[in-house]
Amino acid sequence: MSIQVKNLTHIYSEGMPYQTIALEDNSFEIADGSFVGIIGHTGSGKSTLIQHLNGLLKPNSGTILVDGLDITDASVSLRDIRQRIGLVFQYPEYQLFEETVEKDVAFGPQNLGLPEDLIGERVREALHLVGLSYEDVGQRSPFDLSGGEKRRVAIAGVIAMRPKVLILDEPTAGLDPKAHKDILNLIERVHREENNTIILVSHNMGDIAALSEKVLVMHKGRMVMEGTPGEVFKKAELLLGMGLELPPAAGFMELLKQRGINLENMPLTIEEAVEEITVWTGNN
Amino acid sequence: MDPIIHMLDLVFQYKKDDLTPEEPAVDHVTLRIERGSFTAIIGRNGSGKSTLAKNINGLLIPTEGTVYVKGLDTADPDRIWEIRQTAGMVFQNPDNQLVSSIVEDDVAFGPENLGVEPGEIRKRVDESLYAVNMYEERKKAPHLLSGGQKQRVAIAGVVAMRPECIIFDEPTAMLDPHGRREVMCIIRKLHREGITIVLITHFMEEAAEAERVIIMDKGKVMMDGSPREVFARTEEIRSLDLDVPFTVDLAERLRSRGFPVPDGIIEEEEMADFLCQYKSRT
Repeated sequence: MSIQVKNLTHIYSEGMPYQTIALEDNSFEIADGSFVGIIGHTGSGKSTLIQHLNGLLKPNSGTILVDGLDITDASVSLRDIRQRIGLVFQYPEYQLFEETVEKDVAFGPQNLGLPEDLIGERVREALHLVGLSYEDVGQRSPFDLSGGEKRRVAIAGVIAMRPKVLILDEPTAGLDPKAHKDILNLIERVHREENNTIILVSHNMGDIAALSEKVLVMHKGRMVMEGTPGEVFKKAELLLGMGLELPPAAGFMELLKQRGINLENMPLTIEEAVEEITVWTGNN
Repeated sequence: MDPIIHMLDLVFQYKKDDLTPEEPAVDHVTLRIERGSFTAIIGRNGSGKSTLAKNINGLLIPTEGTVYVKGLDTADPDRIWEIRQTAGMVFQNPDNQLVSSIVEDDVAFGPENLGVEPGEIRKRVDESLYAVNMYEERKKAPHLLSGGQKQRVAIAGVVAMRPECIIFDEPTAMLDPHGRREVMCIIRKLHREGITIVLITHFMEEAAEAERVIIMDKGKVMMDGSPREVFARTEEIRSLDLDVPFTVDLAERLRSRGFPVPDGIIEEEEMADFLCQYKSRT
C-alpha cells in the first residue's frame, strides 16, 4: 500500500498567540512494502507527521493518498483508515487495559466488526508473530508480564488488525538490550511475513541504518533529506548540525576522519566497519 | 574510611500472595560503595538492580542481612530521614517525580520537608538549579520543558537536599539522545563535585564512563570491576543478555581478523590511536 503525501502543512493553535507551524509543506512518497525510517530531533514534527498518516490529526492543507484514497477527506471513515494503517505509539504498554492478553489483542479486530471465529484466529496469529504463545499468555493478565512482553502484547493488538502499513514510534525505548533486540527481530519478521509497509520512527541510528531501505529526515517541521541510509548518513555534518546522531559505526569513522583517515565507504554497521578497516590497513 | 554504603549479605524478597516460593529479587549481596566513587550497575530487566537500589535509601527494608548508609542501619525507622537525606534517588520517568507547577517550587519541595529555614531554602534552590543548568528556566512550568530538562529539575530537587550520594535508576531511559547527553553531563559534574554516584542503566556506553561496573543477574552480583576489566569478558556479558560498548565489540571483531588490538580498549579515542599506529607500522 503506497502512501503519497503532498504539500502537508499542520499548524497547532492557528490564529492563537501560541501558533506553531509543526509541519510545513511536506511532500514525499512511501512505496508499497518498503521499510522506511524517520529520524529527527525531538520537536522536529515526526510525531505530528505520523499522527496524520493514520487520521488522528487532520492537516491545515495538503493531501495524504493511501493507495489512491485521500484520507484527509472528511468523508473517509476512521475505521477505513485504521484498517489500512496501524500506529504503535511510544510506550504502547501503557495502553493495555483488558483483563486478559487475549481480550486486549482482540480489542482492535472487534472494533473492525470482524466475526468472532476470525477474531480468535487473528489473536493467535498476532501473538505468534510477536513471539508469544496464546496457550502460555492468552488467559494471563497483561499486567503480570515483563516490560518487554507487555510491549509485544501491545504491538500484537495493532498487528491483529492486519494493517497494510505499520507505523512504530520508538518501539524499543526504555527496554533492556535483550528486549530491544527481540522487538527489532519481531518487526523484521512481521515485515517479512505480512509483506506490509513499515515506518519506524527512532532515535537509535544504529537500528535505523540496519533496518531501513529509505530514511526520511525531519527538521523544524520540514522533510529536509531522504535517501538510502548510506546516502543520508554520509551527510554526517548536516545531521550533527541538526542535533542528530550517527550510527555508532559511522560515528567512529567520523572520528577517524578527524585524524586524517579517510575510508572508502561510510560504514553503517559494525560488520561494515570491520570490512572498511581491513581494506584500509591492507590486512586482508 | 568507612564506605558510604555497606551491604552485608543483603536478601530482599517481594511478598507474593500465592504459595509458590519465589526466588529472592536480591540474593545474598555484599557490597561496599566508597565515598566519592562512581559505580554503574547493569543487568537485564528483573536482575534485581532496582530492588538493590531501593534498599539503599530505605524505600525497601532488607528481608535478611543489613544495609548501612553512612553507618546507619536502614532498618532503623528512627534514622530513615537521615538516610534518605544522605542517599537521594532519581527515577526513570521525570513526569512521576515533579510535584509543583513551577520549576523552583518543585526544587524547594525537598528542603521544605526537611524543615530548612526559608533563606537557606532559597539559597539551595538557586545553587541546585545552577548545578543542573536550569536556573534560567526556574519560573517555568515543568510540563513545558523537554524530557531532559524535566529530568534535570528532578535531579535539582534531590541535589537541594544536599545528599552525599545519589542513586540514579535508569535516568536516561525515557530521554532522546540530546536529553541523555544533558543528564549524563550533569551526573559527571556532580561526581566531580564529590557526590557518590550509583547509576543503574541499560546503556553500556554510559556504564563505561563509571569507575566501577557491577553486573547483576538473578539477584546476584556476577561481575564487579573497572569498565575495562568487566567489558573484557564479552562472552560472559553476552550470555547474560547484555551488550558491550561499540568499541569493545569492534576490538573483538578486529582481533578475530588477526589485528593485534590490545586488551582493555574501551574508548573510541584509544581505538583510533591503535589503528593509526597499526597502519603506520604496516
